Amino acid sequence: MKILVAIKQVPDTATQVKISGDPKAIETSGITWIISPYDEFAVEEALRIKEKRGQGDVVAVSLGPDRVKEALRSALAMGADRAVHVNDPALAGADTLLTARALAAVVKQESPALVICGRQAIDDDMGAVGAQLAELLGWPCASWIMEETVDADAKTVRVGRQVEGGLEVFDLPLPAVLSAQKGLNEPRYPTLKGIMGAKKKEIKDVKAADLALGDAAPQLTVTTLEALPPRPPGRIIQGEVKDAVKELVRALREDAKVI
Amino acid sequence: MEKFRGVDYYGMEELLAEDERMIRDAVRDWVEAQFVPLVAEHHRAGTFPVGLIPKLGELGVFGASLKGYGCAGLSNVAYGLIMQELERGDSGLRSCASVQSGLVMYPIHAYGSEAQKERWLPVLQRGEAVGCFGLTEPDHGSDPGAMKTRARRTADGYVLNGTKLWITNGSIADVAVVWAKEDDGEIYGYLVERGTPGFGTLDIHGKFSMRASITSELSFQDCRIPAENKLPNVKGLRGPLGCLNQARYGIAWGAVGAAMACYDWALQYAQQRVQFGRPIAGFQLVQQKLVWMVTEITKAQLLVLQLGRLKDSGRLRPQQVSLAKRNNVQMALDGARLARDILGAAGIVDEHPIIRHMLNLETVNTYEGTHDIHTLIVGRDITGLDAFGAAQG
Ligand SMILES: Cc1cc2nc3c(=O)[nH]c(=O)nc-3n(C[C@H](O)[C@H](O)[C@H](O)COP(=O)(O)OP(=O)(O)OC[C@H]3O[C@@H](n4cnc5c(N)ncnc54)[C@H](O)[C@@H]3O)c2cc1C
Repeated sequence: MKILVAIKQVPDTATQVKISGDPKAIETSGITWIISPYDEFAVEEALRIKEKRGQGDVVAVSLGPDRVKEALRSALAMGADRAVHVNDPALAGADTLLTARALAAVVKQESPALVICGRQAIDDDMGAVGAQLAELLGWPCASWIMEETVDADAKTVRVGRQVEGGLEVFDLPLPAVLSAQKGLNEPRYPTLKGIMGAKKKEIKDVKAADLALGDAAPQLTVTTLEALPPRPPGRIIQGEVKDAVKELVRALREDAKVI
Repeated sequence: MEKFRGVDYYGMEELLAEDERMIRDAVRDWVEAQFVPLVAEHHRAGTFPVGLIPKLGELGVFGASLKGYGCAGLSNVAYGLIMQELERGDSGLRSCASVQSGLVMYPIHAYGSEAQKERWLPVLQRGEAVGCFGLTEPDHGSDPGAMKTRARRTADGYVLNGTKLWITNGSIADVAVVWAKEDDGEIYGYLVERGTPGFGTLDIHGKFSMRASITSELSFQDCRIPAENKLPNVKGLRGPLGCLNQARYGIAWGAVGAAMACYDWALQYAQQRVQFGRPIAGFQLVQQKLVWMVTEITKAQLLVLQLGRLKDSGRLRPQQVSLAKRNNVQMALDGARLARDILGAAGIVDEHPIIRHMLNLETVNTYEGTHDIHTLIVGRDITGLDAFGAAQG
């Protein structure tokens, strides 16, 4: 069974994001890049399906500049068999739909039985690519899944989604697209041998032309990024405790209006 | 405090290969998730989280730079980065990996018979078995050549008698690499298995340093081992010194990890701690301490990186390892003391990692050749004159 995992490279969760001189982008120098955590659940789940079935082919796919190779290499180090890197400056400003179109083209070339992605990328938090990809392919889609079981002859997949107060379980025919929610699994650490082995695995470079995307213009463009306004400085109330408490109560009631 | 952010003032990142960076990051993440939450508790109790040993094996850190027998076959730079990240967690964690890799697997790999390699290397690599290294004795530390432990040849093997002291992982070891003298006055290495009659261990208590690490005494009383347990391919002090050279190399890197941990923590603390109406990081005296630390860490990073490249290209001389061990451990110890000072009273409690690193580094300064012994090694190398001093009387 072939499983395709779509991953996105994003800034590390601890990054202090700064807006660059061009207010349409963030400052990328000095950023540590990681696989978006939800996508790591997707990679892990694909590997588990393969291991459970005793055979299979896990292909990691990502769209982005050269640095994205490192994220793909991490997926290979975890155990993915091959990777496809959609690496074309023409796609640099891709929105979710263009990303989904590129991924759909890769899916058509690879024809996997299942595509797994994260429920959203933690950088722009759009959470649209999985559903758009399924739509473009005409495949069923289940988002935010917490558990899955592919049946023995890889015809259907049963998934569980957490909903308010319980679990919703349903079956989808394969091929299908699933998006992973936190709690689906605990992603493995790449082992050191895995990292060394990943050096020998193939990362196929793909251009927009190879995918016959035609018009590669995004429909959604960023106009501007704005930082949150800086927090006003705190105020220290000086003086005798008796008076300070009075002033504090007054300030909480009248200025902050919280009591 | 935010989780450890690494220290890279000079863009060292670009001097590392992609797989070296990935290996460092994998170990850094592992330490953060698996070890950091446990360490303060184990440090208090004076115990090592032995349950992590198989997990370290699974990750692949044991014998990571060796080839074959399930080992990862990494470059020495990658191995060094692993040691750096482990010691960023705790010197005890790095010690466990150093002993297993450099002092147990290395001698079996370099000096052992094929049968010894097949028996021990795969299980040690996976962390299913633990090893220890017995060289130091109660009366012979810096001068191991004067050791008293004896191995007497019998019809079918050897009889060991003597005591080894300060042995990391001694009481949990499945196999001890023990160095002893035979009747010809030469030193040889022997593999002694746990449970062999006449082989006993006792843990050392009351340590103020390296608390999250097991340190034991090994005693041998008419302990009989079969002839095939002797390491066949080495004779003389060269054997244990060859091992120490591996482990010292790892320590030179590890010390940088401890220093980075203290610096990163102290920097964050100084930026948050307000006295006299502003963050203490804004005072010149505090900045001087932080600048000293980042400068010395940067120098130490460049030192070990080149040391690793020399080792990878087969041009490394042991004296160069001595220089790096000596410099980096002293740097880390001095840096930890400065960091401790920056935290004020908070610097003495185990809620912050600094006092733990500082106390650990006292051991690191002493073991695997004390700071001063490495001074003598480099001194002899550059002057051609031996300052070790001949035995008196
Ligand atoms: C926590 C811990 C774990 C350890 N783990 C191991 C282990 O796993 N296996 C093992 O075999 N050993 C181990 N050791 C022992 C360690 O290697 C020795 O402590 C070290 O070699 C120093 O020996 P010593 O303690 O006997 O000090 P000594 O040799 O007695 O030295 C005392 C002082 O004298 C100085 N000195 C000695 N000779 C000279 C000289 N010629 N010129 C100038 N100064 C000199 C030293 O620098 C030092 O300052 C461990 C030690 C500790 C603390």
